[in-house]
Amino acid sequence: MRWLTTLALLILLPFFLGTAMAQQTVTIGFTVSNTGSLNVDSQEQFRGFELWRDQVNAAGGIKAGGKTYSIRFVNYDDESKPQRVQQLYTRMILQDKADFLFSPYSSGLTATAAIVTEQNGKLMITTGAAEDKTYKQGNRYLFQMFTPSSDYLTSALDALKAHDTKTQLAFVYADDSFSSAVAAAGKAYAQKIGLKVAFDEAYGPETADFGPIIDKVVASHATALVGGGHYADGATLARQFHNQKAKLEFVSLLVAPDSPKFTELGDAAFGVTVPSQWEPQSAYKPQFGPSGAEFAKAYQAKYNSPPSYESGGGYTAGMILQHAIQQAGTLDAAKVAQALNATNVTTFFGQTRFATGANEHGLQIGHAMVLAQWQKDKAGALTKQVVWPAQAQTARMVFPIWQGQSKTLEEAQKAK
Amino acid sequence: MSEVLASLLDGLFVGCIYGLAAMGLSLIWGVMNVINLSHGAMIALGMFGVYLLYSHLAINAYILLLPVMAGGFLVGLAIYWIAVHGVVNRPQLMSLLSTFAVNMIVIGIGTTLWSTSPYNVNFELSGITIGPYTFTGNHIAAAIAAVILAASLQLFLYSARFGKAIRAVADNRDGAELMGISSAWVLMVAFGLGISLAAASGALVAMLFPFTILSGGIYELKSFVVTVLAGLGKPIGALLAGILLGLLEGAVTPFVAVSWVPLIEFALFVFVLVFFPRGIFERML
Repeated sequence: MRWLTTLALLILLPFFLGTAMAQQTVTIGFTVSNTGSLNVDSQEQFRGFELWRDQVNAAGGIKAGGKTYSIRFVNYDDESKPQRVQQLYTRMILQDKADFLFSPYSSGLTATAAIVTEQNGKLMITTGAAEDKTYKQGNRYLFQMFTPSSDYLTSALDALKAHDTKTQLAFVYADDSFSSAVAAAGKAYAQKIGLKVAFDEAYGPETADFGPIIDKVVASHATALVGGGHYADGATLARQFHNQKAKLEFVSLLVAPDSPKFTELGDAAFGVTVPSQWEPQSAYKPQFGPSGAEFAKAYQAKYNSPPSYESGGGYTAGMILQHAIQQAGTLDAAKVAQALNATNVTTFFGQTRFATGANEHGLQIGHAMVLAQWQKDKAGALTKQVVWPAQAQTARMVFPIWQGQSKTLEEAQKAK
Repeated sequence: MSEVLASLLDGLFVGCIYGLAAMGLSLIWGVMNVINLSHGAMIALGMFGVYLLYSHLAINAYILLLPVMAGGFLVGLAIYWIAVHGVVNRPQLMSLLSTFAVNMIVIGIGTTLWSTSPYNVNFELSGITIGPYTFTGNHIAAAIAAVILAASLQLFLYSARFGKAIRAVADNRDGAELMGISSAWVLMVAFGLGISLAAASGALVAMLFPFTILSGGIYELKSFVVTVLAGLGKPIGALLAGILLGLLEGAVTPFVAVSWVPLIEFALFVFVLVFFPRGIFERML
């Protein structure tokens, strides 16, 4: 009889062990703008999510509370449209039973998604969603990775003032919530530091021809242009002010110039700066996760393209969620939210810390931005350099940039 | 040079392209009473046509207008037989639905192939600088190309035998049939020509601005405004109405925010529809 019991145990043991060791799954839902005007930036954000998932799953999954969770994504195309976001986030929560959510790309889409996630008590890490307003609605489960839009242009305007205190600014920006919020904060900051605003106009996000606006900028005698919106309009704006030889000393556009795709504009890309949430050259010492160089290398190997800050933000959103789950030891949203409230860490993306006050809960208060500029290397190839702040600088800012007379600061001062 | 004058000149150049884009829509609408809702998608195909050819051949992008137009013509013939021929004599709603379906299919395939990321034809002609304003060579060349194409189409419709057959079919299809004109053949060629012109306008726009598979939509809307201004089936009228629309944009943008321009254009659209339903050039052209 004893041998029979032993045999039965031997047969059943793998099943018991298998059950005990079986990986559980954590489901993360989000939408991607596979189509529509946010396509480029959203795809880069998605690649960040995807690389994080693949690396964590390859390493065995998320280990928390004595369990191991493999990561499963549920994602759909939001077509860059808020109405799709509303439907799809509801679906991911109610039908697909997502445990956590990542935001769609852009402040506008995220504001829509946040209403759905908060109503359902689901935790969402936002990335590519900088507008402050969304985080000042009394939300409890919303956590922002990016530096808020109110600080977006600070580095660009500081850099500009350091090169030319008498500059006249033109603000030309997309009439969407993120770009308008950035421009409003930028104008206030420009006035605070004594820069003159000579021109100010918003344009529809679907604008395809910026010729009339550039004529107005020229007529206003502005010497610097700040604004843009997302990739499609920013790239068109950059190409047109280059082709129309608008003699601008300094151009800083939101979002678009950060994409590696921006180099397709050729000479029109040269000298354009972008307030950047992160650049591969940034040398933060991470408390966990890969270094910036390691992330950039893995990203390049997987996608044959350098990462943008949207990609870095996507990857870090995953890491921060993973860290919070590990700290909480559970998938319970309230406990993970508590862990996020206590988060104050540095990754390759920089510092991450969330506001915990009731009136701005989840707002990012730890992360800092840099200013990057497209310059040319010795071989004449376009390369992005960090030009501000001085302590993070990888190259001096080319100033002024206009038409074939691009100079470094020293050359410009000599010429004067 | 004043800002208003610079803006008017910009409007003139862009208006020529609006006119060219509208010519294709106007021709098809006028000849076969089909409102081609795939017009924007055809403009976008023209954009991608010139992009693909230029990225492989790297020759003067304006030379590539000819193969793009030829390709557009062939695509037009195919679409006519597949989606239009069977509904051309049926209620207009049928052709609206049919061409809308073509539009969705082309945009769907285009999105799969090229996503909705912007593409850029990196070809520049040197422009003219007057004072602080520069008029790009590409804008000037596009305007010249649009005028040449409009004049060629006008000459074809009014002088060539086949062009006269197109006008005859447009005026009275049964009468033209009785005179021995094969209306099916004429309609097919007219549709091909319309798509060819749409592709040409797309190719010219692609040399001015970055574009996506969805970029034809805005020119389709402007084409409707231009076609209503010009009246149907009048290529020179479409060109003039396009220029008028461009000049209107040029005249108002120095004084109001650019985002107001569509409102002004569509107010004009409604005004002309109500008070000049046959177009503003009814008695002139």
